[in-house]
Amino acid sequence: MIRKYWWKILSFVLLVYTCTYGFYVKVPRLDDRMKESIRNFFFHVPMWFTMMILLLVSMIYSIRYLRNPSQKNDAYAVAFASTGVIYGILGLVTGAIWANYQWGSPWSGDPKQNGAAIAMLIYLAYFVLRGSLNEDDKKGRISAVYNIFAFFMLFPTLWILPRLTESLHPGGEGADGNPGINGKDMDVQMRTVFYPAVIGWTLLGVWISTLKIRYSLLAEKKYNND
Amino acid sequence: MIKMRLFITAILSVMISIVAFAQENTSDIGLMRSNGKIFVVMAVVLTILIGLFAYLISIDKKITRLEKEGSNQ
Repeated sequence: MIRKYWWKILSFVLLVYTCTYGFYVKVPRLDDRMKESIRNFFFHVPMWFTMMILLLVSMIYSIRYLRNPSQKNDAYAVAFASTGVIYGILGLVTGAIWANYQWGSPWSGDPKQNGAAIAMLIYLAYFVLRGSLNEDDKKGRISAVYNIFAFFMLFPTLWILPRLTESLHPGGEGADGNPGINGKDMDVQMRTVFYPAVIGWTLLGVWISTLKIRYSLLAEKKYNND
Repeated sequence: MIKMRLFITAILSVMISIVAFAQENTSDIGLMRSNGKIFVVMAVVLTILIGLFAYLISIDKKITRLEKEGSNQ
């Protein structure tokens, strides 16, 4: 995957498509409160989808590290986690911008906003934990265990708790559907932009992560040679 | 390889089929000034996207060169 480049081109094509057709596609008016800002579905929501995919990959590499403690597995886990967190922060910021004009304030303590912020803090603790350990072996093992825990904290913070209470996001108590995408809000034409967008952003995240991985493996090699 | 081609063809075919939607008359003011100048925003976003990708490609190339130098030693 790292050496081939067709998926990098695919990522570019999909994102150019998202950023052109995403502005052009006819969007549903619903009750007309969203107006054109409904197009944020193509940009804000894929951030979270991509974050979850990248963090899932990171967790898989942490499990692999515990089974086979190689430097490569550790590098993969860290790189995917940090790219995932970057996407999460972008998701929070884009959400705040959207919320400012849709809900009246950038942060209204919505359960999903709070949950996402907590999830990000849990992941930031992962990097603090790594930074505080000097021994490579210990750092790898402890942070791998923590990373697996952190991934499973995404379930309550992003998916379960926001559904149990009133939420401004789609899918809170009293509303039906998925809190990520509400089936009623997205019509067929929006889906033709939304899913390519998710794939495009995910491939871009994988690309950035592989650059980080290759850099850290090179740095390690150089460190060992000197 | 075949899987990859199928994947790309599937995605491209989805895109081509929908270009047929949403056509409007833009002959008077030109494309960039139509629809509340939304295409100006599109141009800005595209510029950012292309710039970021160009930057990524250049980093990718630099790392590839370092990897090749490392394997030659």
